[in-house]
Amino acid sequence: MEQITTADELNKKYLRDGMWPTIFCNGCGHGVVLEYTLWALEELGWDMDKTVFASGIGCSSRLPGYINADGLHTTHGRAIAFATGIKAADPDLNIIIFTGDGDCAGIGGNHFIHAARRNIDMTVIMINNFIYGMTGGQLAPTAPLGSIATTAPYGNIENPFDICNLACALGANYVARWCVTHPYQPIKSIKEGLQKKGFSLLEFLAPCPTAYGRRNKLGDIKKHWEWYDNNTILIEDYKKIMQYGTEEEKKELKHKFQIGVFQDLQKPGFFELYGNLVNRLQIKENEPKEGKK
Amino acid sequence: MKYQRDPKRIRDALGKKVQFLLGDMACVYGGMLAGCSFFAGYPITPASEVAEGAARLFPRIGATYIQMEDEIGSIAALIGAAWGGAKSMTATSGPGFSLMMENYGYAVMTETPCVIVNVQRTGPSTGQPTLGAQGDMMQCRWGTHGDIEALALAPSTVQECLDFTIEAFNLSEKYRNPACVMTDGEVGHLRERIIIPEEQDLEIIDRVPAIIDKKKFIPFMNSQTIKNCKIPDFPTFGTGYHTYVTGLTHNEKGFPATDKQPDHERLVKRITEKITNDASKLVMVEKLNLDDADIAFVTYGATARPAESAMEIGRKNRYKVGVLRLKLVWPFPEKEIVKLAKQVDKIIVPEMNLGQIVHPVREYAGGNCEVISAPKIGGEMHHPAEIYKYLEGK
Ligand SMILES: Cc1ncc(C[n+]2csc(CCOP(=O)(O)OP(=O)(O)O)c2C)c(N)n1
Ligand code: SF4
Ligand SMILES: [Mg+2]
Repeated sequence: MEQITTADELNKKYLRDGMWPTIFCNGCGHGVVLEYTLWALEELGWDMDKTVFASGIGCSSRLPGYINADGLHTTHGRAIAFATGIKAADPDLNIIIFTGDGDCAGIGGNHFIHAARRNIDMTVIMINNFIYGMTGGQLAPTAPLGSIATTAPYGNIENPFDICNLACALGANYVARWCVTHPYQPIKSIKEGLQKKGFSLLEFLAPCPTAYGRRNKLGDIKKHWEWYDNNTILIEDYKKIMQYGTEEEKKELKHKFQIGVFQDLQKPGFFELYGNLVNRLQIKENEPKEGKK
Repeated sequence: MKYQRDPKRIRDALGKKVQFLLGDMACVYGGMLAGCSFFAGYPITPASEVAEGAARLFPRIGATYIQMEDEIGSIAALIGAAWGGAKSMTATSGPGFSLMMENYGYAVMTETPCVIVNVQRTGPSTGQPTLGAQGDMMQCRWGTHGDIEALALAPSTVQECLDFTIEAFNLSEKYRNPACVMTDGEVGHLRERIIIPEEQDLEIIDRVPAIIDKKKFIPFMNSQTIKNCKIPDFPTFGTGYHTYVTGLTHNEKGFPATDKQPDHERLVKRITEKITNDASKLVMVEKLNLDDADIAFVTYGATARPAESAMEIGRKNRYKVGVLRLKLVWPFPEKEIVKLAKQVDKIIVPEMNLGQIVHPVREYAGGNCEVISAPKIGGEMHHPAEIYKYLEGK
C-alpha cells in the first residue's frame, strides 16, 4: 500500500462511501478528532477488520458511522458497557469509543467509572464541547461556571466535571486531554492510548459553534476556535508557572484548561487478569487428583 | 482467544448427570449447555444465585463472567458480546428488568440474540424482594417503547429452568431477537431432581453467519443464504464485513434512515414478522385432561403446579376440568386459545399478579366462553383449594 500523505487519501482509505455529507455543522470540532484518530490508526497500521468502534448518542457519537469498519452505535451513555462485551467475546479486537461530554460524563458516568476502575481494555475518546449539541444546547456536566445553555438560561451554577481527574483517581492506565486546535501532540497521544493495555481516556476540547459558541458570545467560528488556543496550557508550562511565575501569571492560569498526558501506567488490563484466572483454574483441574493414580 | 464450546469441559464443570438442584442454578447449567460464553449481571434477589453460579462455573469452562455496575450495563454488555460472536445471558428480577427496558428494545431493533432470565418477584418498585410473582409478563411483552415481538418461556419446574434456558438460546439465535426466561422466585428458589441431557439429545441452534462475498453482503434484510427468510445473516464483528449497527431506524445497509415513514415501517415489520410469520411453529403448550373438558385452567410457570393439583381435585369431584399450560407465553398461542374457547364453557386463568395473561386469553376467546381471572399477589403461591373454588363458581 502506498504511503498516505494527504487528508484526502486518508479519508478515501478509512471512510465509508455514501455517508456524505456528514451531519456536522460548519466549525464543529468533531470531524477534526476523527481525522486525528485516523492519522493515528494509519501510523500504527492497524487492521481495520480487527478494529471496532462503539459510541452512544450525540453528535460526537455519530463518528463511527463514517468509518469503514465495524461500528456499534448504541444507546445514550452506554457505549462503554456494550464495548466491554465486545472485547470479552473477542479479545483480539481493538476497541475505540467515541463519546460526548453528555454521553460519557453525564448519563454514562457510572459505566465510565467502572470501566476505568476495572481497567477494561479499550480507548475512550470523549469529545468535550461543554454542551449537549445534538439536542440543541442543554447544560452539560462539563460546562464551565457561568456558561449559558438552554436549560441554564441564567448561567451555569454547577461545578464542572473534570473527567481526566476522575480517570486518574480510578487508576486508568492512560489519561490525556487535548484540544482540536493543536494537531501533532494529540495524534501521538492517541497512538499511545491505542497501544495501551487496559483503559485509556483521551478527552478532546472541541468547539460547538452552533449550540455553545453562539449562546456564549464566543464570536464567529474563527474567534471561537481561537478561544481554545487562549484558554489551554500544557501541563508542563502550567507547573512551571505555578512554581516560578508571578502572582499575576498564576492568576491568569486559573481559568485555563491543562492539556497533555496526566497519567501513564502499565497495569495489566481486565481481560489479561481474567485470562490468568481461567488458566489458573484449568491447571488445577488438570492436576492429578489425590488417591487417583 | 475466542470461546469454543467444549462439551467435555462443560460436563466436567457440571458434574453428575442426576442432581438435586436449585432452579436458579439450573438456568446457569442450561446456558452453559447451550454454548453461552458470556454472563454479565448485577446482584438482585431472587436471581443472585444465577450470577453466583455463573461466577463459579463460567471461568472453569473458559467463558467470561463479569459483574457489571448495574443492569443497564449488564444487558448492554450482552449485546456487545453477541456482536463479538458470543452467546450471552444475564439474570435479574423486577427492578433490574425495568432498568433493562431501553437496551432490550435496542436488542430487538439491532436484531441481536441474547437471553435474559427474569426471576420475577413482587412489585411495583422494590416490592417483596424474596417472594415470587408473575407481575412482569406484560412488561416483557410491552415494556420497551415501540413495536416489538417478544420471545418468553415460563418454566414450572427446575428441570424446565434448564431446558427452557437452552430453548431461549435457540429461539434467540434463530430469530435474532432477545429471549426471556420468565421464571419466578418460587421456581428459582425451588430444589428438585434434574437430569442433565446427554450431548446427543441436545438440540442447539446457532445464528446463521454471514458467509457471502463482502461486497455483496447486505446486513439488515432477508437472509442471503436461506431462501424466503426474513432473518438476516449475522456478520460477527471482526470478520471483515464492516457492519454499522444502530438503534436508529436504518436502511438495509444499516445506515440511519430516520425521516421517512416507509423506511421505518419496512424495518419494523420485517423485524416483527420474523416471529409472527412463524407463529404456527412457535407453540409450546402442555395439555392435561382437555379432551372431554368443559372447564379449563390456562396457566404458566409456578402457578401451573397448584392449578394442576386443583384440576385433580376437580376431577375427583366430577368436574370435567383440564389444563392448558403455556410453556412459551410470547408469542402468544392465539390459535390454541381460539380452539379451546370454542370447546369449553369456562376458562379460568390463575396468575401471581392482578390479571395479565388473562387479557390475551380473553381477546382470543372472543366471547366464545366465559374467561375468569384468578389472581393472587403478595408473594404466596395459590393454594390448590383457592383455584379449585373457581370451579364451584365461588
Ligand atoms: C435515554 C436518553 N435520554 C436522552 C436522550 C436525548 N439525547 C440525545 S443526544 C443527547 C446529548 C448528547 O450530548 P453529548 O454527548 O455531549 O454529544 P454532542 O451532541 O454534544 O456531541 C441527549 C440528551 C437520549 N437519546 N436517550
Ligand atoms: S450541534 Fe454542535 S456538536 Fe452538533 S454538529 Fe453542530 S457544532 Fe457539532
Ligand atoms: Mg457535548
